[in-house]
Amino acid sequence: MIGTPVGLDQLHSALKGLAGVDEVGAASRAAMLGTRSIKASSKARAIDLAIAMVDLTTLEGMDTPGKVRALCAKAMRPDPGDPGTPAVAAVCIYGDLVATARDAVGDALHVAAVATAFPSGRASMAVKLLETEQAVAAGADEIDMVIDRGAFLAGDYVRVFEEISAVKNACGSARLKVILETGELKTLDNVRRASWLAMLAGADFIKTSTGKVTPAATPTVTLVMLEAVRDFALVHGRKVGVKAAGGIRTSKDAIKYLVLVNETVGNDWLNPDLFRFGASTLLNDLLLQRQRMLSGHYSGPNYVTID
Amino acid sequence: MTDEPSGFPYAPAPESTAIVNISSSYGIFIDGAFVEPADAPRFKTINPATEEVLSEVCQAGAPEVAAAVAAARRAHDEVWSAMSGAERGKYVYRLARLLQERARELAVLESMDNGKPIRESRDVDLPLAAAHFFYHAGWADKLDHAGLGRDPRSLGVAAQIIPWNFPLLMLAWKVAPALATGNTVVLKPAETTPLTALAFAELCQQADLPPGVVNIVTGDGRTGQLLAECEGVDKVAFTGSTEVGKQIQRSLAGTRRRLTLELGGKAANIIFDDAPLDEAVEGIVNGIYFNQGHVCCAGSRLLVQESIVEDLLVRLRRRLQTLRVGDPLDKNTDVGAINSAAQLERIVALAESGDAEGAQRWSAPCTLPDRGFWFPPTIFTSVSTAHRIAREEIFGPVLSVLTFRTPDEAVEKANNTPYGLSAGIWTEKGSRILWMASRLRAGVVWANTFNQFDPASPFGGYGESGFGREGGRAGLAAYLQEASS
Amino acid sequence: MEEGNKRRLAVRKTFKLYIGGAFPRSESGRTYQVLDAHGGFIANVAKASRKDARDAVLSARTGHRSWSAATAYNRGQVLYRVAEMMEGRRAQFAAEVARAEGCGTTDAERITDTAIDRWVWYAGWADKLAQVIGTANPVAGPFFNFSVPEPTGVVVLVAPDDSSLLGLVSTIAPAIVSGNACVAIASQTRPIPAVTLAEVLATSDLPAGVVNILTGDPAEMMPSLAAHGDVNALDLAGIGDVELAARLERDAAGTVKRVRRPQPDANWYRTPSLAAMSDLLEIKTVWHPQGI
Repeated sequence: MIGTPVGLDQLHSALKGLAGVDEVGAASRAAMLGTRSIKASSKARAIDLAIAMVDLTTLEGMDTPGKVRALCAKAMRPDPGDPGTPAVAAVCIYGDLVATARDAVGDALHVAAVATAFPSGRASMAVKLLETEQAVAAGADEIDMVIDRGAFLAGDYVRVFEEISAVKNACGSARLKVILETGELKTLDNVRRASWLAMLAGADFIKTSTGKVTPAATPTVTLVMLEAVRDFALVHGRKVGVKAAGGIRTSKDAIKYLVLVNETVGNDWLNPDLFRFGASTLLNDLLLQRQRMLSGHYSGPNYVTID
Repeated sequence: MTDEPSGFPYAPAPESTAIVNISSSYGIFIDGAFVEPADAPRFKTINPATEEVLSEVCQAGAPEVAAAVAAARRAHDEVWSAMSGAERGKYVYRLARLLQERARELAVLESMDNGKPIRESRDVDLPLAAAHFFYHAGWADKLDHAGLGRDPRSLGVAAQIIPWNFPLLMLAWKVAPALATGNTVVLKPAETTPLTALAFAELCQQADLPPGVVNIVTGDGRTGQLLAECEGVDKVAFTGSTEVGKQIQRSLAGTRRRLTLELGGKAANIIFDDAPLDEAVEGIVNGIYFNQGHVCCAGSRLLVQESIVEDLLVRLRRRLQTLRVGDPLDKNTDVGAINSAAQLERIVALAESGDAEGAQRWSAPCTLPDRGFWFPPTIFTSVSTAHRIAREEIFGPVLSVLTFRTPDEAVEKANNTPYGLSAGIWTEKGSRILWMASRLRAGVVWANTFNQFDPASPFGGYGESGFGREGGRAGLAAYLQEASS
Repeated sequence: MEEGNKRRLAVRKTFKLYIGGAFPRSESGRTYQVLDAHGGFIANVAKASRKDARDAVLSARTGHRSWSAATAYNRGQVLYRVAEMMEGRRAQFAAEVARAEGCGTTDAERITDTAIDRWVWYAGWADKLAQVIGTANPVAGPFFNFSVPEPTGVVVLVAPDDSSLLGLVSTIAPAIVSGNACVAIASQTRPIPAVTLAEVLATSDLPAGVVNILTGDPAEMMPSLAAHGDVNALDLAGIGDVELAARLERDAAGTVKRVRRPQPDANWYRTPSLAAMSDLLEIKTVWHPQGI
């Protein structure tokens, strides 16, 4: 754990000094937690919780204002046939569509914009900061940035730190989610170091992936990130959230992640302020499962909307 | 149930018992059939989580044991040893497949009779039992490649006495290699856990195994003694308490009967300051709370490098509070029932000695059911090497924490015991793992992991933890004649 | 193929190649006539081309990746499953062998039973090879030193021409038990049991590409395969022509392939030597210091 304030000149050795992660052991712990059997009332609760934690996402080159409006409508009222269904936590879109989204949702939901040359992160600092400022000005109250993986893998932790700090500054009152892109970091030791680096630099959330690289979120990397936020909170007194994004398609998957949160960091993180799912197709599966639990029979794709 | 520290309580997720079909009473399995011995007394077997009676089984006496051994002898001499290795192997493959096919049913039965969580029976005991039969089936026609001489021969009839902690798995560890090497067996399951062995007898029938190749006699320690001392057997294999193991060794002295023993342990789980900490915590927890600590190779002594002991204990206590103790048939249970009232008494007594001798007890807060036998996961700190809880095998969910300063000291403390079954080493440094492993006097060394078992991996102890190995190439030797050529 | 009930017309099978877990025709569109031991017509069987062979190598390379990453236990289970599936087709195999090799029912059944038991024998080797061939080596220094066998990769094998099932099984099974993938060229004159074996393999949970079976003329396909840069080893068991075998070994030398030479007097009934497996393995030796 890194407790005392760390000068940038000591950052590299502090991060290297974190306890290692045994990959086989971590994967085995995540797998064992995946065998938890969540049924009946716990399942119903988990489904509603998961819905409320979704950042409903569209991040495609072909996004239009029409698409974003449809997404927002679904985000606010996921199941038109059941007004009791919780709304999601946020919509997550490209920065140039923020105004459209904010117009559509008003104050009902968070509007999260990706920034900093998402998904690659390959652009100048000036461009990254401008992108952030513009998105915030247009109404985004959350920014999902990507770290410079090239710099990280080249060992330039200071550069990565300074970028996150600067973006955090540019966010103003908006909350900052930092995407580690764990699929490119490869090792769990890297995931642990990147998690700590992001939190020390001011992240409000650490996020697994852009969703554009495979593998995206996995239970194992999410476990390591949850351990990091747990230890960080103990030492620094500040709770950082975790967002698992990409590749989470079914309710069964989502519930496994909630179990991970429950048994690694506990109840304090089981709310949309500290845990999110970055997803698009997941929402419909959650709705189908919710319908099944209420009606008693399996539902079908015609009973949930396409946005 | 463990007190839920969080707001995401898990609803009960019970595994249905509808899949099992337990008779109200069982005979013993001799020469391919279940027989009801006319005069044998009966005793009950209960579910230790609820104390309800599951069934009644026989207390096999001298005539029954003699009949079983005679059946095994005839089967060996006339059928099994005359059969080609390839054909024997195919029978063992059949048993492996049958274990897979009926795995779910047998897992439920095991949890009901033993008290272990259904998740463990389902995910560990049954798959490993099937794997033991698969692995050994493949040796049956390859014994001349095992490094044990050309055309190694079977010993004959093996008497096998197994414990209550992994009933079906221990049966697999014994029966699979014995059969693959051409021996026939008479096996006695533990008195508190006979049901899966009796179910296995049914599998032998379904496999069309020639009568007499496998025989199952039930009973308590007296039956075991009769079997171990029976002059008609060629080999005795015993897994159980050190006390009884010594008795058996004494009674076989001066005879030509071969013996292997797998007895108790007091393994040291050694954590260095550069250990992968979160995984080490999992390894510690798994090492002593898996199967309620009823594991001969349990990591019951935690040896922590002094520089990290406080931080580690904080992590450990936090982790213990997420352990779910309760109904073994709930799929989310982590720690089940203690196997018997007698075992619970032993655990309680030893834990009290810890208090009396000055160690500090801490137990995970949990709500234990009213009926059944339960003990909360417990940690003792301020333990000295002279304390009973640091020397004697507790065989329950109780961890004793000691510290060390240097690798040499860790090795010394770890080895300072008459036992030598297993040890754990946690460090990121490979050369240290290998240095420690070469110096630890333990038959199984786990590095950055714990409680890993595989039929290909030999298992067995040094010193009073027993002699002989089970699994792997080394494990075949116990069932074959010494070859000279 | 049996006609069965004479009042009922049989549905005759089209015989195709087995590549990447699927059954394509030859990309060349060619077939050739397969005759039984008495010269009677059995079927038109796909005649594989060099391009088919090239595709098979690609599939094998993909298959090798997942197959070698599986545990030895898992491979043993899959091979045992192959034996289970073969047992289910025992009568079919025996009939095909009898017709192809011109032997009587008793001999054909004996051949089939031996072939099935041969698979079982090999299934049991999957999780034993490392223990029998691997070693911990007592080097004179503070090092832990161990040697482990690893599969060489993609093996091209020419199955025996005369032994249409037992010889076939005895060349394919030892190649794949350790995690290799193979491209097997079936007996040119007696390919029918090989096609049935392909159907067995396709229903045995064997990952696609681990075994590929090509029917056709080995002399046509082998030169390019022997020189192929992504093939690791050759088994020339079925190359009867001494000159051709020598030429292929020369072609293989260009990429230093491991080559198993033809065995003209092989008695496939005998329990095989371990060389059938170990010739297709690499041995990796690792050193690691032991120190505080």
